[in-house]
Amino acid sequence: MSHDRPAHLRPSALFDAASIHEIQRAAREGLYRIRGFGAKRALPHFDDLVFLGASVSRYPLEGYRERCDTDVVLGERYASKPLHLQIPITIAGMSFGSLSANAKEALGRGASAVGTSTTTGDGGMTAEERGHSKLLVYQLLPSRYGMNPEDLRKADAIEVVVGQGAKPGGGGMLLGHKISDRVADMRTLPHDVDQRSACRHPDWTGPDDLEIKIQELREITGWEKPVYVKVGATRTYYDTLLAVKSGADVVVVDGMQGGTGATQECFIEHVGIPTLPAVRLAAEALRELGLHRGAVKLIVSGGIRNGADVAKAIALGADAVSIGTAALIALGDNRPELAEDYAKLGTAPGCYDDWHLGNDPAGITTQDPELERRLDPVLGGERLANYLRVLTLEAQTLARACGKSHLHNLEPEDLAALTVEAAAMAKVPLAGTDWIPGHGF
Amino acid sequence: MCGIAGLFLKTPELRPKLGALFSPMLREMSERGPDSAGIAIYREAGRGAQPCKLSLYHGDPAFDWKELARDLAAAMGGEVEVERIASHALLYASGAPAELRAWLLAERPDVRVMSAGHSLEIYKEIGLPAEILERFAVPQMAGSHAIGHTRMATESAVTTEGAHPFNTGDDLCLVHNGSLSNHHQVKRWLQRQRGARFQTENDSEVAAGYLTYRLSEGASIAEALEAALTDLDGFYTFAVGTGDGFAVLRDPIACKPAVLAETDEWVAMASEFRAIARLPGVESAKVWEPAPGRVYSWGTA
Amino acid sequence: MSAALMTPPEALDLDRLEVREVNRRLQQAEAGESFEVLNPLGRHSLAVGLQRAVAITLRGHVGYYCAGMNDGGRITVDGNAGTGLAENMMSGLVRVTGDASQSAGASGHGGLLVIEGNAAARCGISLKGLDIVVGGSVGHNSGFMAQAGTLVICGDAEAGLGDSLYETRIYLRGTAGDLGADCIEKDMRPEHLSQLTVLLQRAGIDADPAKFRRYGSGRKLYRFQVSNLGSY
Repeated sequence: MSHDRPAHLRPSALFDAASIHEIQRAAREGLYRIRGFGAKRALPHFDDLVFLGASVSRYPLEGYRERCDTDVVLGERYASKPLHLQIPITIAGMSFGSLSANAKEALGRGASAVGTSTTTGDGGMTAEERGHSKLLVYQLLPSRYGMNPEDLRKADAIEVVVGQGAKPGGGGMLLGHKISDRVADMRTLPHDVDQRSACRHPDWTGPDDLEIKIQELREITGWEKPVYVKVGATRTYYDTLLAVKSGADVVVVDGMQGGTGATQECFIEHVGIPTLPAVRLAAEALRELGLHRGAVKLIVSGGIRNGADVAKAIALGADAVSIGTAALIALGDNRPELAEDYAKLGTAPGCYDDWHLGNDPAGITTQDPELERRLDPVLGGERLANYLRVLTLEAQTLARACGKSHLHNLEPEDLAALTVEAAAMAKVPLAGTDWIPGHGF
Repeated sequence: MCGIAGLFLKTPELRPKLGALFSPMLREMSERGPDSAGIAIYREAGRGAQPCKLSLYHGDPAFDWKELARDLAAAMGGEVEVERIASHALLYASGAPAELRAWLLAERPDVRVMSAGHSLEIYKEIGLPAEILERFAVPQMAGSHAIGHTRMATESAVTTEGAHPFNTGDDLCLVHNGSLSNHHQVKRWLQRQRGARFQTENDSEVAAGYLTYRLSEGASIAEALEAALTDLDGFYTFAVGTGDGFAVLRDPIACKPAVLAETDEWVAMASEFRAIARLPGVESAKVWEPAPGRVYSWGTA
Repeated sequence: MSAALMTPPEALDLDRLEVREVNRRLQQAEAGESFEVLNPLGRHSLAVGLQRAVAITLRGHVGYYCAGMNDGGRITVDGNAGTGLAENMMSGLVRVTGDASQSAGASGHGGLLVIEGNAAARCGISLKGLDIVVGGSVGHNSGFMAQAGTLVICGDAEAGLGDSLYETRIYLRGTAGDLGADCIEKDMRPEHLSQLTVLLQRAGIDADPAKFRRYGSGRKLYRFQVSNLGSY
């Protein structure tokens, strides 16, 4: 903050610099702020949890020698061809359109190198993406942009998107700067429009109808493919129960830290619940149904950054996690080398969130051919693969320290909470106590 | 989120077969609501000196209904007869249904009043619709009309009490498919302003309580449903039964499905056509989808 | 085709076969084969995911998503159809002799969908190139966010027709309730008249093209602007 402000000038904690700036911007422009990225304010997160590594009462596994498996199978409930992932970290759905073709290719290369899946987005499947992704999840979204049965059959799994953590209850958005001719044609849109997607599916509403929709998708694809249902985290316990009752093989829960290419800032910062309580609620629903760590799998996303986040999400009940923002950063988004370019856009490395504008100096969230060339998909893929390997090694390190020979043997009892908030949300005792707020003393 | 089926017989000759015609309709709706099911069936009014009828439920299968009947008779006067039907009991009494209900709510809070009126009986349970229909011998029942519901609970617990249909006024019942978005507010208003009492956290019970309030103000069922279009927010298809009537309403956005079919002999309503597909004479029935925001009613509803 | 080559359609009875079995048989059939599906009785997801020019008649009312994602099939429903008829259809012909429930032809990309009776709300929602001809009337918000293709309505349209329309053409013979945001009436030029004439002929619906009016996008919502906020 301002170091040269005399001590007697007192800024308001409530009307802080950012709030004042936003009021002035709104008064000038008359339109809400749209941006990319995820929630930026401080939220209770996995950082407020720690693992109880083994010592005398428990025995750790030897770091580099004794096994700690990481694989996960998705779709055993109804699909005749379940997905077998080598690591429990997948790439979340991000559209071609929101991302450049090179970025999509890099995601496919990186994920395939380590035996995990990537996901299409609100805009259909590109040939490059299919070609470079060994395992590709095809999203069925409210807009149905680029939806076609041929690609549906080419996919390894189908994800019915009900919502996402950055904007549960809202529809997608892609502004004209990013609607290249190819993007427009894939979505059957006129060239040079601002695209707004619907918030509800055109042909079903509610879990009773979703069940019939899932049956149709299975009939079209011969009951081969796992069907995921993705929801933004809000009423997560009920949403998880209902997704399972509707026939999902996999429930994907995206917490409010989940990123987006473009939406209203008020949505990003003020709708949804953080990932921390969301994992716990979803796992509780699956436990109640007797399906946890069973035929139905839980994927959690929203703010996963490192192997500790991965391990904590799994301990709280996730079977796998999904990354979006972190994957883009791994490809080179917001890196310091681009400081000069960012400065020209009025921003700085670490702060760049204008993913909706299409002028991304890293060549990732753009459709500008010049900018896109800045991202080498082979190099980007290698960076992502490295990052995914690190996440996996870190998660294994923590799991071994807790004596686990498989990541999926991590459990909530391996954790302690550092704050009362985290203890209440994760239903994990405050460190050094037996106390879980709301659960007596 | 659920399945609805309703059947209103126009010709008295079909009445002995009401349960037999209606039961397969509800069974067809099992996939829409596998958690629990309920049936509201309008049969003959109570017996002679006991024209009033209450269907009651108690969580204890060995509950002593005879003792309850004796207590009720002692408190309210007149004779009270009781008939056990699986986990439920039918009580036949004299007096006003509302007073009997009030006594039970005050004195015996462990007993759930599923319905109170003259012809209405409500049976509901956790489990698959087919089992519940058999448990209460619905296929053998005669009557004039029936409304049923299969439930996929959204935000409230899967309990017997949370199952539909909901009855809050004499012979009135309501089933609902959808999800209301302002029911907490409406509920608080009904509780504070009207002294209404609710037994569950279910949004549909609020809708039933709302209709009861409108009727108590002198509205007809059709008028009460018209008012619901303004006061209840969210997505809904309602089917409503009264002592001698039947009504259907969909919200103006009309995302939740509903089909109506009518012949000279009957009117049927369901969430999906497959529930109606095997009714006799369906080939020549008029089949249509209720328009959004329009009240449809038969009988004196 | 000579009489000798004509074979009667193969009958598939849903009172004896599961939906999965019937769909497998239809999906594996060769182009030119023909089928009759008996006792559909409102079942869902019938004749979905076809990829070849197989001729199918369903004798009776069908449930949700009949002919879903059809790509080449020639499907007739001899009755009414439930929600999402021919959703996301790619090519081929789907005909319903009765009424269709909501979201008929949702996000369809190509081919022709004919509804001889009425269609409920959201007919042709998110349309992406499919041509729809409705013999009767359509419910509210039909053509919502429709992007390409054609919606022909021989009867009336309820409120919200063509809301947030992109480039789908709407031809309406009867009256429209309140039009949706950015949907406007446009001139009927000769090329529109000839397009409509051909569509009505292909649909086998006897209606005078000259009696129709054309509606399309005002293109005011194409850019996200402050001045349009009331319409979003």
